[in-house]
Amino acid sequence: MSATRSGRWGSETGGWGRRLLGYAGAVAVLLVTWQLLSIAVDSPALPTPYESISEFVATFASDLAPHLLVSTWRVVAAITLGTALGAPMGLAMGRSPRLDSVAAPLVYLTYPVPKVVFLPVLLVLLGLGDLSKIALITIIVFFQILVTARDAAKAVPGASVLSVRSLGAGPWQIYRHVVVPAALPDIFTALRIGTGTAVAVLFLAESIAGTSGLGYYIVDSWGRLDYSAMFAGILGMALLGVLLYEALEALESRTCRWTRVVR
Amino acid sequence: MSELDFQSVGFTYSGTDRGVEALCGLDVSVDGGEPVAVIGPSGCGKSTMLLLAAGMLAPDSGEVRVAGKRVNGPRLKTALILQEYGLLPWKTAFHNAALGLEIRGLPSAEIRDRTLGSLSRVGLTEFASAFPGELSGGMRQRLAVARALALDANLMLMDEPLSALDALTREDLQDLLLELWRSNGHTAVLVTHSIEEAVFLGRRILVLSPRPGRVAEVVDNPGMGERDYRKAPEFYERCVHLREVLAEEGAVGRLAFEVTGS
Repeated sequence: MSATRSGRWGSETGGWGRRLLGYAGAVAVLLVTWQLLSIAVDSPALPTPYESISEFVATFASDLAPHLLVSTWRVVAAITLGTALGAPMGLAMGRSPRLDSVAAPLVYLTYPVPKVVFLPVLLVLLGLGDLSKIALITIIVFFQILVTARDAAKAVPGASVLSVRSLGAGPWQIYRHVVVPAALPDIFTALRIGTGTAVAVLFLAESIAGTSGLGYYIVDSWGRLDYSAMFAGILGMALLGVLLYEALEALESRTCRWTRVVR
Repeated sequence: MSELDFQSVGFTYSGTDRGVEALCGLDVSVDGGEPVAVIGPSGCGKSTMLLLAAGMLAPDSGEVRVAGKRVNGPRLKTALILQEYGLLPWKTAFHNAALGLEIRGLPSAEIRDRTLGSLSRVGLTEFASAFPGELSGGMRQRLAVARALALDANLMLMDEPLSALDALTREDLQDLLLELWRSNGHTAVLVTHSIEEAVFLGRRILVLSPRPGRVAEVVDNPGMGERDYRKAPEFYERCVHLREVLAEEGAVGRLAFEVTGS
């Protein structure tokens, strides 16, 4: 027993060092590949890592940071909103066959439709600013979380519910003590997948409409044939992704500590 | 006075195409403080019986009474221990044991005291902050018992609580259950597949018939709880007798009967 416990703490404290090492390794591999590719391509369209990083550092505070902030705000707001709407609805559908029989066909009909097609409508309805972009990404995240939460709630072991019910728990306490914690790891997986989609869609939305955000910055630099700036923007996107994934990781390790247990 | 009463209880599970009659005309009466074991072939409605007593199911016919009152939902002083322990993997041992008290909304100081007290009674004090995934099978079972103890229950319903354990851990836990019964004096209904366990922990052993379940025979076992009962000749005799009764009910194969009978 003491062995498994020390193992658990060991992996937690050693985790940071190993993670940083992992990032260092990944960055090294990417830089080398990038450098080799830019030498092979030998075109201004693919600047070397050195040029791009110098540009990134030089323009970060003055140019890039505001765009990065705007993009971060949009994507975080949308993920939060989409989860806050999708998770409870999905869990409720998974627990209630009656609700599910009504809502599931609606979900099946709308889920496969690529939500990006609603961008024009959203732009007309909500304008070119933050709102239309946040709304679009919210819809996408909402569906991904909804479907996952529903399936996770369906998979909750009957014995867990029964044992808690036998202790006198009502429907809300069953959600609190059983359904929500049981579904959380799956919801985090959906969030990680959803984050990738969210950033991709954010780029698209920002590049089509408006004059702010990393998507705009990248496409605008491209239009001016300023490839170093364009790649500085791409580095910004990568940074945004890492920030989001690490934030999710931190949240998950706080709320789902039991999944990290050595078995 | 009888603590738990089944009066001609019938229960049918409504299936997709046809229902399964689990219990039919079940009459059982358990006295306060009496330890009863229930044994019978698979699917004879043993678990159903416990779920009815716990208020998790309502009978289709007849009546289930606990402490004179008709059961119509979970009761504060009834503890149900399930086959898979009913532990929540996302809660630490402490919070698993405290769950019943938390659901009842007790003051946190009282929850703490009662939970730590029950964890120490099953020898899990130092594992209070461990998750079930970090515990061995026997420890998990102790934790399930601790949850029941924290409730201060006077009726313990146990559905094959030890079936997943290896033989040695199993005897260890049987000793623990016996010791707790001795010191608490609660009414206990233990559903089991094991003949030895039924004889070790049941002062009265109810043998249920195959589906739909009824009490086919009652085996009295007055020696239960005596010192070193497992080693007593009387214990062995009861086991053989119970095995014969079960063979008549078609619950154990002829082979198993012949091996012990020889």
